[in-house]
Amino acid sequence: MFDPDVTSPLDDGSPAITPVGPVSRAIIRCRASDIDLVSNRIDIALPRAACRSVQDSGLSALWLGPDEWLILNATPADSWVSELSARLDGALCSLVDVSHRQVALSVHGPRAEDILATGCALDHSIAAFPVGMCTRTMFAKAEIVLWRTGAANFHLEVWRSFARYVEALLREAESER
Amino acid sequence: MSGRRLDAGGRIDRGNRIAFTWGGRTLHGHPGDTLASALMANGISIIGRSFKYHRPRGLIAAGLEEPNGIVQLETGATTVPNVKATQIELYEGLIANSVNVKPGVDFDLMAVNSLFKRFIPAAFYYKTFMWPNWHAFEPSIRKAAGLGKAPGAADPDTYEHRFAHTDVLVVGSGAAGLAAAAAASEAGETVLLVESDSELGGGLLAETAAIDGTEPLAWRDAVLFALRKRSNVTVMNRTMAFGFYDHGLVGLCERLTDHLPPGKRRGPRQRLWKVRAKRVILATGAFERPISFAGNDLPGIMLASAALTYALRFGVAPGRRVLVATNNDSAYHATCALHDAGVEIAAIVDSRSEGSGAAAEATARGIPMIIGGAPIKAKGRRRVKGVTIGHAASGRTLRTMDCDTILMSSGWNPVVHLHSQSGGSLAFDEALGAFLPSKSAQAAVNIGAAAGIFDLDTAIVSGWAAGRGEDVAAPCPIPVGPTRHFANGDTRAAKAWVDYQNDVTAGDVQLAARENFRSVEHLKRYTTLGMASDQGKTSNVTGIHILANLIGARPQAVGTTKFRPPFDPVTIGGFAGRAVGDNLMPLATTAAHASAVAAGAQMENHGSWLRAAFFPRAGEDEHAAVTREVLAVRSSVGLFDASPLGKIEVKGPDAAEFLQRVYVNGVRNLKVGRCRYGLMLSEHGIVYDDGVFARVADNHFLVGTTSGHAAAITDILQEWLQCEWVDLKVLVENVTTAWAVVNVAGPKAREVLAAVGTDIDLSRESFPHMAYREGQVGGVRCRIQRVSFSGELSYEVAVPWQYGRALWDAFMRAGQPHGITPFGVEALMAMRIEKGFLHVGSDTDGTTMPQDVGFGSSMAKKPDDFIGRRSTMTPEGLRPDRRQLVGLEVLDGGDAIETGAHVLAGDGAGPRATQGWVTSSVLSPTLRRPVAMALIERGEARIGETVKVWDVGKSRLARIVEPRFYDPAGERLDV
Repeated sequence: MFDPDVTSPLDDGSPAITPVGPVSRAIIRCRASDIDLVSNRIDIALPRAACRSVQDSGLSALWLGPDEWLILNATPADSWVSELSARLDGALCSLVDVSHRQVALSVHGPRAEDILATGCALDHSIAAFPVGMCTRTMFAKAEIVLWRTGAANFHLEVWRSFARYVEALLREAESER
Repeated sequence: MSGRRLDAGGRIDRGNRIAFTWGGRTLHGHPGDTLASALMANGISIIGRSFKYHRPRGLIAAGLEEPNGIVQLETGATTVPNVKATQIELYEGLIANSVNVKPGVDFDLMAVNSLFKRFIPAAFYYKTFMWPNWHAFEPSIRKAAGLGKAPGAADPDTYEHRFAHTDVLVVGSGAAGLAAAAAASEAGETVLLVESDSELGGGLLAETAAIDGTEPLAWRDAVLFALRKRSNVTVMNRTMAFGFYDHGLVGLCERLTDHLPPGKRRGPRQRLWKVRAKRVILATGAFERPISFAGNDLPGIMLASAALTYALRFGVAPGRRVLVATNNDSAYHATCALHDAGVEIAAIVDSRSEGSGAAAEATARGIPMIIGGAPIKAKGRRRVKGVTIGHAASGRTLRTMDCDTILMSSGWNPVVHLHSQSGGSLAFDEALGAFLPSKSAQAAVNIGAAAGIFDLDTAIVSGWAAGRGEDVAAPCPIPVGPTRHFANGDTRAAKAWVDYQNDVTAGDVQLAARENFRSVEHLKRYTTLGMASDQGKTSNVTGIHILANLIGARPQAVGTTKFRPPFDPVTIGGFAGRAVGDNLMPLATTAAHASAVAAGAQMENHGSWLRAAFFPRAGEDEHAAVTREVLAVRSSVGLFDASPLGKIEVKGPDAAEFLQRVYVNGVRNLKVGRCRYGLMLSEHGIVYDDGVFARVADNHFLVGTTSGHAAAITDILQEWLQCEWVDLKVLVENVTTAWAVVNVAGPKAREVLAAVGTDIDLSRESFPHMAYREGQVGGVRCRIQRVSFSGELSYEVAVPWQYGRALWDAFMRAGQPHGITPFGVEALMAMRIEKGFLHVGSDTDGTTMPQDVGFGSSMAKKPDDFIGRRSTMTPEGLRPDRRQLVGLEVLDGGDAIETGAHVLAGDGAGPRATQGWVTSSVLSPTLRRPVAMALIERGEARIGETVKVWDVGKSRLARIVEPRFYDPAGERLDV
């Protein structure tokens, strides 16, 4: 068996920025009329509210669009998506394994909002971006999914090919006061 | 030598001395000084030479409206050209020099221009375009143009960007701005208060009148103390609001380290803020207007408000004997304050025929007054020595007076730049003689002097009201008296400066009006009035007055030129921010990047990807390496990193129907487990992309795209699904970086893949050419497509990205017995030219349709519509002489023809029409002769014809052939 020796293109952590360990990921798309059926089959209620997330026993479902969700599994397994796929057999939906497409960073601590504000135009204050909010947005020139997991914790998903770029900019922002 | 440090006063630290260097001389100042105030305190009158005529120039203003005092700050890589001395905070060891001088500011060779002034009027260089010959003047004009020198080395400083959001943004920290911030924050709104200056307070820094019985600065400190206690308030000094854009977006430039000695600077030099504000309160103040009169650019002539600031804020007297020329009351207050600070006042010359109410103050101090008079002509060479005073109404000479300083006040221009940038309108106010903000186009309001409210108490009231979101009081302007307008024929206009920075005189405005440049925008371009870094801060309104008078229009009708961001220059590094060096663009590497580098890969940028171009061994050049790589693939086996190729999952019950509408080719009839080469068009019928698509399952396709187009094609597919074909149940997902891909190619590819280990049957019968299989390789799930761009037996093996490097290394080990050779993009391109395979972007351009590249018949066979189909049937698409893709055999041997070489019609040596050009060309490593592909008029019908190709100055003979040079029957693919 091959070793997954390129575990992450990212360096080790710094005080406010830490690579998040391996995560299994899938994109699921279905219409509003099928949300309940699909939710039942995959054991997590897909959120209907825009830019909101749901967490349930190790699974997280992030709303990306009215018919599109990013599902994260904190316990990674190469077979997870094909198992999900089997459970969804017959349901009118589409599921794609994107586990290896992107990587995740945690941006945390009292300066997290300031660090993100160097490259992301959104208002990251807790009032405008509450815990549980998630959105697909831009950090500098790269697309990211930004998800607030705590008052001072953000989970940032970025495509593998853009990861070094985003990480370098975040680290520079972290190093400057 | 006229300026001097006063014995007392000013907000400088007299206990500490700072040494700095000006033009090679060591001088001294104090903490709290600007470079301008320190130079004035040292008796320096001439700061620079003017832009065009190289006349000696001194300071006009004390703030960022200064047009003359432009210097070159520091040296080497950190040098900053064209920065205003009034904006430079003095620090220990500061080095500054004049700009636009040779050899020095005191003796400047180019001052000879001044003698020729009448031959180089406004727009003289435009006229050289017409007569006698621009090219005769161009070198000297180009050499003479510009002020400071750009640094020659890369900028060692860093710059940062920051986004921010606030309920209320207050621009300007004068009395009105402070009151607005206090009122807005009281109700709990988040408030950001920004001030361009190093010190907060705006006009309060040179104010003598008490506020509610409190000293102005004590009042400021009390408000600031209250503001700083509120957690919803942020106060930023050294932060200039330079642009007001749509939807409440305001650009700020924060200077973080410019005020420190270079050795003590840490961190970013500047931070560029992009602030979204729900409300913007503009407390930007007003600039005083100079008076136009002959010789009004002599050093020692400056704005009355500037002299007041130099005296009260910096403890510097602008001269020893000061004459004040005014047409309004504000200069009286300034004069009295200067007098009280110990400056000798020669006289106040007031152009108004009636005495002013403010005159009592001056009379009480024994200051002489000349009522109804105006300055006509200043005397002096390197500094003003005296002035001729005339009757304001008639211009008749009244008397001359000696003085070393003239202060000017022709009224006030509210700083309406940000208001105007935001889309707000302006209205000319007759009493003020200037433009006032009228309607706002965004949630923005003007207060204080920016709104024409010049009374201090009323300005504070306007701030309180704006802060609370209430209506702001009506303007209370400072009325102005007569201003000289320079009617046609008034020859003194030739030396009466309007725009100091661009060396534009009232005579130039006369010239423009005479030549019928009556629009204010034409006036600006023709004369350069209000151009460059100054953007007419002190000159625009004066210019509009003169033009209006000359053409008999009201200033409101003349209007202003467009106020453009930035309000004041922002260093280009600020806009670049972190987007420099490696951070300019995201740069992607493949999973096996480190292994390729270790194998000696020469990397090249392909879009955002770093890809191996070739793998040179010791002593090999590119050609030798590429030749070796090609021959290895043709004779045994090679390995190529194909990870960047685009991969898009298309899933859903309508996936086949969807792709049937997208591709030129048929899709519906493709069997599961098979692949097909497909062509995509733009809606204009132009070849846009190509690639191989595979049918994974009935309702599941994997679409391959070229590496640069994956994201764009995903977006196009999404757009069609979301906007046009909403009834189709299809999911499109770009998975390019989810899968790492290696391409093993060559006659031994099957043996190597088998040696790596897979559960997929690789036999010719069960896994034929153009088939797709899933299974495991090396214990990891994989997708394999048997497709070939090289013309040899070839497998593209995809595994989840994190296994990509292990996969590459496993192939290199397993292929060792066969001498497996890593190959790069260059070898792949050489092989596909040998095969005559199309490369979109090389063999196609923005006019190429599918019928031009051999897809005419497959299009004709397809019954359904697809994107771009109709556009291929326009008259242009049906033209019989379209250029078609063919092969070219070079008949004279030699090297490859240059790509881009033209195929020329007929014989003869002279210029003649092209019939097409070479699109791809290589000296074939396999065939050992030059082969090429070309788009040639009616090419398909001309197979066999010999043509002449113009190849970088040589005519070469070539024959048009089918574009299949190597293995034309494709036998090597079917093994």
